Amino acid sequence: MSGITRRQALGITASAAAGLAVAGAARSYAQAEEPQGRHRPTGEPGSFDEVYLGRRIQGGPTGGHGGGHHGDHGDGYAVRIDGDELHIMRNADGTWISVINHYEPRATPRAVARAAVAELQGAVLVPLAPSPSAA
Amino acid sequence: MAVRKNQAQLTADEKRRFVAALLALKRDGRYDSFVSTHNDFIMSDTDDGDRVGHRSPSFLPWHRRFLIQFEEALQSVDPAVTLPYWDWTTDRTAASSLWAPDFLGGTGRSRDGQVTDGAFAASGNGWRINVRVDGRDFLRRNLGAGVRQLPTKAEVDSVLAMSTYDMAPWNSASDGFRNHLEGWRGVNLHNRVHVWVGGHMATGASPNDPVFWLHHAYIDKLWTQWQTRHPGSPYLPTSGTRNVVDLNDTMRPWGNVTPAAMLDHTLYYTYDTAA
Repeated sequence: MSGITRRQALGITASAAAGLAVAGAARSYAQAEEPQGRHRPTGEPGSFDEVYLGRRIQGGPTGGHGGGHHGDHGDGYAVRIDGDELHIMRNADGTWISVINHYEPRATPRAVARAAVAELQGAVLVPLAPSPSAA
Repeated sequence: MAVRKNQAQLTADEKRRFVAALLALKRDGRYDSFVSTHNDFIMSDTDDGDRVGHRSPSFLPWHRRFLIQFEEALQSVDPAVTLPYWDWTTDRTAASSLWAPDFLGGTGRSRDGQVTDGAFAASGNGWRINVRVDGRDFLRRNLGAGVRQLPTKAEVDSVLAMSTYDMAPWNSASDGFRNHLEGWRGVNLHNRVHVWVGGHMATGASPNDPVFWLHHAYIDKLWTQWQTRHPGSPYLPTSGTRNVVDLNDTMRPWGNVTPAAMLDHTLYYTYDTAA
């Protein structure tokens, strides 16, 4: 039976994404894969999961709690490269940047993830938690 | 009183002492604390939340205070050292003396972006990248790759002509001088230079590259030039603005510095040429 409602499906997606963000595990977003914008009528980007230049890049909403588990701002959306979180930020005009390319906005989180992969040249991401001076 | 000079005019001895002071701060750990502070603010300053160091009116006074603090640290090593500035409208190619081995070293090699000459190459002086966003611990650059051209003098002049300091919503969407100088809108000055240098300068941990200080010393000089051109234009906003540092609000991380206290640079340093 396909009794699961659209709202429930969204809730599950959000919980899975939030759990992934907290656990730091490289879990698949495959179940959350939807065409861009299909469940996001407000224009927020949908999820993605692909291999780009040999690296797995994933992105998806975090359920509206932001990416603030280490004190920064993911604007309710998280991006991972081979399971490691890439710090991203949304600009007021809807463009995105990451800590790897912080001065060059791009149109979508996927474009930001791809730019980071190109810049990394195979290097692993290092999680950078802000120190208390910014708190 | 410190006199900040155009980097192109430095003598061989001034370059040597500036580089030696940088290396000394790196060795004793103070350099990396500046990188950490900058990255903290880069990551926490947001368009719809609290914003202090970037994408906000206090971008300019915050970096002025940050550079003064760094310059004082350099002077604790060698009192004769001051921060030079890089006028990238003039010295706009990788062939500039700025990038010579006796000063900052050149661009990174193609294979991995690693800077291989000068005092900040991985080999030799211990310029290890400790505060970093990825696994690589060597300084990287890719001059002119992320964007082909540095801003021109005409583009700078077009921004200096803007008579309003900053405008609501006081973030990366704002019109006005501050945001056009910062580069989130319009011809893009400050942000574009970070992208042009590439490597660490394109990341949140951009002060890992010593050119950060020379770039921001010139941005700071442009603020002064703007003040000279528009003597009747005040810092904005003046009071009661949510998430934003008003004229007389204190700025993190210092807690005792206001934008108002940063408006007159001559209390701290002067320039080799009239602004």
